[in-house]
Amino acid sequence: MARPVRFNIHPKEGDINSAVAVAEAPAGYSGDGFFTTKLSDVVGLARKNSIWPLPFATSCCGIEFMATMGSHYDISRFGSERVGFSPRQCDLLMVMGTIAKKMAPVLRQVYLQMAEPRWVLAVGACASSGGIFDTYSVLQGIDQVIPVDVYVPGCPPRPEAILDGFMKIQELVGQESIRRRNSPQYQALMDSYGIQ
Amino acid sequence: MELSNQYIQQRLTEKFGEQVFNFEDTYGMLSFEAPKDQNLKVMQFLYDDAELQFRFMTDLCAVNYPDQPGRELAVVYHLHNLRDNVRIRFKVFTSVAEPDVYTASQLFSTANWMERETYDFYGVNFVGHPNLKRILNVDEMDYFPMRKEYPLEDQTRIDKDDEMFGRG
Repeated sequence: MARPVRFNIHPKEGDINSAVAVAEAPAGYSGDGFFTTKLSDVVGLARKNSIWPLPFATSCCGIEFMATMGSHYDISRFGSERVGFSPRQCDLLMVMGTIAKKMAPVLRQVYLQMAEPRWVLAVGACASSGGIFDTYSVLQGIDQVIPVDVYVPGCPPRPEAILDGFMKIQELVGQESIRRRNSPQYQALMDSYGIQ
Repeated sequence: MELSNQYIQQRLTEKFGEQVFNFEDTYGMLSFEAPKDQNLKVMQFLYDDAELQFRFMTDLCAVNYPDQPGRELAVVYHLHNLRDNVRIRFKVFTSVAEPDVYTASQLFSTANWMERETYDFYGVNFVGHPNLKRILNVDEMDYFPMRKEYPLEDQTRIDKDDEMFGRG
């Protein structure tokens, strides 16, 4: 028996307002033809919705990241359409996987090549703490060589968890003062890692 | 004529006498031992002999026996006769205090990296090796991780718990 042919004869009208996410305006004072707010908020708004991630994937967490990049989970929804593979162009270093001690200088070099402002997301138990590899050859957490902003637990974490960590990064980026990177506290943090 | 384990043992004993000993036949694979300063002579003989022809080194590794004083480290050579498809194991023992063994890298090029690995993990000092430095671990490492000198992990430690694996 032939299959009945079906046509989409009642197409649903798309509602542009529900389909497109628009970033909320920062708090400020608005009047007829003008709007005042803090420069920090505007810069934060722009930065947090156009983060360029640099994936540093060394093992199974990297596979989860591939799913996160794919159409189902779609990290592009958060303004991260553009995954960069040059550290000089990227804002967010996503470290996903076991970092062996021999790899640590490489990771550090990649971090040093990134321009300020830069953020680091440690994805998975290995990048956060060494994970199950409590052994002589594995770095026990990447925070031993570079500063980390957000840790995502899991072995490996599901794509939802990676997205949650990414949204935490967005929160940090959006709230960051534009003067933070010049502050003595930040300088002390960099000094504690021996970074100029 | 098929190359039998008995025949290999007979040829070795004819050539080296008391210098080769501890012959074993485990699962059909001949294994024997020699003093560590004889390792190159024995392997050269196995290589050159027209009948034996052990001209391929499959593997080279070390074993740590901490409860055998004076024989703590064994260096094990796996040799393969490709013509008759016969494999043998050849061991030399050395003390951990003076772990000097002559390098086989002039006889078998493949021994170069395998000896570096053995040095890296067990600290066997291969005398005459062209480039004896660590191959897998970081250069700064100041110990030999596969030696049985380290206590097992404390099972009661709590700094690594399930929470870190997302199962908390």
